[in-house]
Amino acid sequence: MSASERRVWIEGIGLWAAHLPGWDIARAILRDEAGTPPAPAPRPVPALLPPNERRRAPDTVAVSQEVAHAACKAAGRDPRSLASVFASVHGDLAITHYMCETLASDPSLLSPTKFHNSVHNAAAGYWTIATGCMQPYTAVSAWHHTFAAGLLEALLQSTCNHDPVLYVAYDVEARGALATMAPSSGMLGAAVVLAPERTCSASWQVDWDSVSVAQAGGDGPHLRPGDNAMAACLPLLTALAREAPAQLALPLGTGLELHLRLLPLPQEPG
Amino acid sequence: MEPTGALPALPPHPTSPLSVVCFTATSAIGRGIAQTEIALRAQHSGLRRNDFGAAPVPSFIGRVAGIEAAPLPQPLARWECRNSRLAWLALLQDDFVDKVAAACARHGAHRVALALGTSTSSIGATEEAYRDLSSDGGFPEHLRRPEVHTPHSTTAFVQQALGLFGPCITVATACSSSAKVFAQAERLLRTDTADAVVVGGVDSLCDSVVYGFNALELLSPDPCRPFDCSRRGINIGEAAGFALLERGEDSELLLLGYGESSDAYHMSSPHPEGLGARVAVRDALARGATPAAAIDYINLHGTASQKNDEVEAKLVAGMFPARTHASSTKGWTGHTLGAAGILEAAITLVALHTGFMPGTLNCEQLDSACGPQIRLRESTSHVQRALSMSFGFGGSNCVLLFGRGGCA
Repeated sequence: MSASERRVWIEGIGLWAAHLPGWDIARAILRDEAGTPPAPAPRPVPALLPPNERRRAPDTVAVSQEVAHAACKAAGRDPRSLASVFASVHGDLAITHYMCETLASDPSLLSPTKFHNSVHNAAAGYWTIATGCMQPYTAVSAWHHTFAAGLLEALLQSTCNHDPVLYVAYDVEARGALATMAPSSGMLGAAVVLAPERTCSASWQVDWDSVSVAQAGGDGPHLRPGDNAMAACLPLLTALAREAPAQLALPLGTGLELHLRLLPLPQEPG
Repeated sequence: MEPTGALPALPPHPTSPLSVVCFTATSAIGRGIAQTEIALRAQHSGLRRNDFGAAPVPSFIGRVAGIEAAPLPQPLARWECRNSRLAWLALLQDDFVDKVAAACARHGAHRVALALGTSTSSIGATEEAYRDLSSDGGFPEHLRRPEVHTPHSTTAFVQQALGLFGPCITVATACSSSAKVFAQAERLLRTDTADAVVVGGVDSLCDSVVYGFNALELLSPDPCRPFDCSRRGINIGEAAGFALLERGEDSELLLLGYGESSDAYHMSSPHPEGLGARVAVRDALARGATPAAAIDYINLHGTASQKNDEVEAKLVAGMFPARTHASSTKGWTGHTLGAAGILEAAITLVALHTGFMPGTLNCEQLDSACGPQIRLRESTSHVQRALSMSFGFGGSNCVLLFGRGGCA
């Protein structure tokens, strides 16, 4: 496959964290690192769910739907028309903690709803149910390299199927004893709609390749205290916020990187 | 909830076949392909009364014998847990490690990708830590290993055990996980992102799934009876399996196509008309440029749950000719969840290689929804084209189309 075939266009972007609540606010903050973050925003309301399910929806569902919906809206795409890739380092850490704690004390009390919400594909499943989307989704993880590995799969799908793809990456706050082994703070979600052809919604051209590098990349991004496990999404989102040509090398593993060449496209006024 | 799904309108274009260079599987019916085939031919079930955990719920399970006595070799000890052990046991069968080493020598280890499916990975180790928290509320010393308390644990272990340096990813879409990795491999190979891909899946018994399916009232108190009119639910099993895929059509066994879809219906119930599953079948056949009439054998999802079997039976009755031999092998292995895709792909490949098509063990009286395709007894004939179907929680469907080379 030639280099020109490894090219997609970004049509819509979504980002949400308590201090980066939505792409418009986040873009301004990420562009100017001296900017003051606003007061932490409350958890986004998963408005696609029926009203009686919104409050008890897991954080994974709330944050992933928020950014997925925002990216589709910005792209002007009907969510039902998009295949999707959902990536999360640890999945639903709150439910994993609940499951392990309940199993250790009294397994007979295990909630059937929490159990079926414990699958790694729960956020993706709820997204397709809420939007009525029968296109395929996948749900992936690759520990420290989850963001880049999930993005690679989304790029492969868009390139191979010649269809637009929704990529959603998220993680939530770790709970209980598990937090010492799988640290993650707050909620963070990022989403992009990738298209195989340039349309009037396209805001970026992206050339991609996976490249083996002589220098061993090590174990990948290391989290600082207070980071969300999906913090590895921020270099790409920061580059997109700056709206300038950029080249990124995202670690995919030891000695392997996902190279992205980002070119902003002129926007139609209004 | 009303189904609101919009059907993907057009089937995909045909794709080039891929070579299945080699494959292996380990489950309750045996270690490796030879033992698996013997148990299938002898109608020897691997199901036994549930003896897993401290207070086993009354059901049957497909437990792999000997895991407890098979620690990992010392250089891999940081990955110690039941799921890693099961993966390692499976890797040691059918010369799989040597064949992957040969692929690394041919292409370079950074050109060999890895995509594994799992539903619960090594969560058994996290459960164990919570049963044995230290006085300060932390994990016990021997389980303070972050690498086994995350969904990617088993894939990262296999990557190290095989010495692979290509793209590496875990697919966790519940019971379709290790079928979907074949689709991912096709994309990695078609785009020249890799020259070979190790695909597979590993899921081991743990309290989360045994008590979880018990809470959903989906466990059968008896050995499971797929497609039987008086079936009472599923049995949980454990398994691991792997296959090595490369471009080209040189092998006897080929991956011809795959179809993936979503039900957009319910988290733990299939779409009542199997709408998503039908799209997955349609797309697998389209990618393989194969009409439904050409399908000789189908390894069904056939979990023995009320709803899955009813929906799947109707789908098969409506889409395939009477001569297609369709059956479920869950009566041998139990439902191995995230490993079901690779285990049943391996059984499908055995059928293509030998012509032996298993029946449906434990099923005595077929559900009235079943057409003539669903067989209680085995048969043997030339098998040229075969499907393996996997459907998971969250409405994730994946259907794989395999074939024999030399007649495409």
